[in-house]
Amino acid sequence: MKLKTFGAALAASTLAAGASVAQTSVTMWYHGAGNEVESNIINRIIDDFNSGQSDWNVVIESFPQESYNDSVEAAALAGNLPCIIDVDGPVMPRWAWAGYMQPLPIDESKIADFLPGTKGIWNDTLYSIGLWDAAVALYARQSTLDELDLRTPTLDNPWSRDEFQAALDAAKDSGNYEYALDLGMAWKGEWFPYAFGPFIQSFGGDMIDRSNYTTAEGALNGDAALAFGEWWQNLFAGGYAPGNSQDGADRDTGFIEGSYAFSWNGNWAAVPTMDGGVEDIVFLPAPDLGNGPTIGAASWQFGVTETCEHPDGAAAWIEHAIQDKYLAAFSDGIGLIPSTPSAAAMTTNYAPDGPLEVFFGLSNAQALVRPVTPGYPVVAKVFEKALADIADGANVADTLDAAVDEIDADIEANNGYGN
Amino acid sequence: MASRLTQQNRAGWLMAGPAFLLIAAFLIIPFFMAIGFSFTNQRLVSPNPTEWVGTANYERLFGIAVLTLEAERDDDGTVRTKDGKPVFPSLRTYTRNKDGYPEFYRKREWFSFGRGDDRRTFVLATDVVFLKAVRNTLFFVVVVAPLQAAAALGLALLINRRIRGINIFRTIYFMPVVISMVVVSMLWRFIYDGQNGLLNTMLDLLTFGWFEPVDWLGQTSTALPSIMAMSIWQSVGFHMIIWLSGLQTIPESLYEAARIEGASRWQTFRHVTWPGLRNTAILVMIIITMQAFTLYPQVAVMTGGGPLDSTQSIVFQMVERGYGRQDISGGSTISVFLFLFVLSISLLQRWLTREK
Repeated sequence: MKLKTFGAALAASTLAAGASVAQTSVTMWYHGAGNEVESNIINRIIDDFNSGQSDWNVVIESFPQESYNDSVEAAALAGNLPCIIDVDGPVMPRWAWAGYMQPLPIDESKIADFLPGTKGIWNDTLYSIGLWDAAVALYARQSTLDELDLRTPTLDNPWSRDEFQAALDAAKDSGNYEYALDLGMAWKGEWFPYAFGPFIQSFGGDMIDRSNYTTAEGALNGDAALAFGEWWQNLFAGGYAPGNSQDGADRDTGFIEGSYAFSWNGNWAAVPTMDGGVEDIVFLPAPDLGNGPTIGAASWQFGVTETCEHPDGAAAWIEHAIQDKYLAAFSDGIGLIPSTPSAAAMTTNYAPDGPLEVFFGLSNAQALVRPVTPGYPVVAKVFEKALADIADGANVADTLDAAVDEIDADIEANNGYGN
Repeated sequence: MASRLTQQNRAGWLMAGPAFLLIAAFLIIPFFMAIGFSFTNQRLVSPNPTEWVGTANYERLFGIAVLTLEAERDDDGTVRTKDGKPVFPSLRTYTRNKDGYPEFYRKREWFSFGRGDDRRTFVLATDVVFLKAVRNTLFFVVVVAPLQAAAALGLALLINRRIRGINIFRTIYFMPVVISMVVVSMLWRFIYDGQNGLLNTMLDLLTFGWFEPVDWLGQTSTALPSIMAMSIWQSVGFHMIIWLSGLQTIPESLYEAARIEGASRWQTFRHVTWPGLRNTAILVMIIITMQAFTLYPQVAVMTGGGPLDSTQSIVFQMVERGYGRQDISGGSTISVFLFLFVLSISLLQRWLTREK
């Protein structure tokens, strides 16, 4: 109720401020409250839109990211959803399945050259589109590679599992580092499926059987998955990587201070790391652990709610927002990977020969979205717990079997999630 | 009676009305909804209609089966061993075979014990994490309740004196109680930090570097005891105040009489103080037990149930299911179980401490 009044008041004040009286209000919710740079960019896009045409007037309301999903789910139960929402990529299928969202009514030719991870497609239908993506790389120093006499892996020729293992061994044996590899175990939650899910995929397993999304049996506890589990456990048992009790501060500064030889980290940490004094940083592509190299994909995206009364207005706004200049503005403002090559060329970091250009290539070449199913939030939780337990020394086969059972039980309890 | 209540107390009902409505909306109705949900497949987010599933949720929580296996033998009949222990067939052949062994399907090992050299009995359960949570919570209650009550009584006896500045001590002991448990848990996470936490640094200083740093929250043997120690410290002050109020209701004349009789300090405590604290003791024990059963923020902030489920608790699992995994019916089932469990223990305590 309060939110509605607030939204109405905002709308009224905007109208009074002199925009066209004939404009119809289109409400929008956004997850970026508290981030001033982000708010400025999104507000600029909205202002440009509202003053650039006479049919629609977009009214934004921002939420803190931590409570954004809760707010949307609560609003959906209460029937109070706005017209446009933004949605985290892997959560989109759940919201679409639950009837919160409608297929995105925009012209697909406009997003033809968007990075694959930025398109929210479920059941062959486009529901959401992102202005940016994120990517993960193996951070290292050129000096470390030279000192340990390691080949620099490339996108076309990444490290094999043996080469990766040899690199870790070399770093560990050199005695110069507290740990050879920093995986970021201090970051609980979505980091686990986002950053470590690609490892199991690179082994040939997966969190769930993607051919039908009705079971995890065979994918999460098959031979490839068991091999992954043993490899994963050895990273900790063998003393290569700090485990679950890694301190959050060590995660942020350990690589910069030289305690870790390699760090598995996202593009958002690249600028702070370079600013922190790591001048000869190199961003290495994910190793090929047997079944091709992969990294996670999909970040926040925009979509239209099922209850939206003016989907054409919402679509007009989204088509406006996905222009290259705005993608570039977001990238320059908060360090994200722009969705198109033409926008990347306009940015400081991701332009050809820019310091982070490599991430654009990573996103383009290695990215694989997390399982596209309404059951994903549960899969993610179960996967996180299984990986944490295996890192702590749990029996690999038993733990993965139990994870499969939990995922399958959830799928059955939801009548297969419509798959 | 009913007519007097409803008619002559109209003003009273009007005044109680707002509070009564709020309590009904946020306590009484949810309580009955939880009982109802525990017999359905209610989800947090789902377009599917809610279905009645009978006792399936309860069966899943408490599904247990027992399997006794013979050790594997070599061709010549001797028991095969590895590291000096007999080797048993993989449990997977039983737990992954729906048609061959439906009674073991989707169960996993909870614990096992040996029978002689070549036989071992495995207790399999559908929901091992929940059963571990129950065991941990019980352990937590059994340790925390008596220790916290005793420590609080000790502190109350210490500060129940008329000396200058005693209120400073009372305030210091009471201080942790007014700080939110979440904040206290965050602070203690730093204290327990495995590398350069305050506790490790202090032990290192006190033992002149002899002490090896311990990852207090990161290993199964120390995680739960660490949480216990911190929980006792946090709320000992609250129970101290209750004990103190009990102590101050004991008439001074009884102590004077004891002194005249020449009673020792111990005799005074045993025969004057303790009998005078009888009702306070019952109250303190029941409150501590009920609070200890709802162990949650410490786990959520400090360990998330790990490592290897060694700090799972009933309430943590309740939230993890109902909210984290969006399975409202599963969370409700655990909450109904917790209610019945705490209720029966409280009734038992009442019966044990009844006036004889």
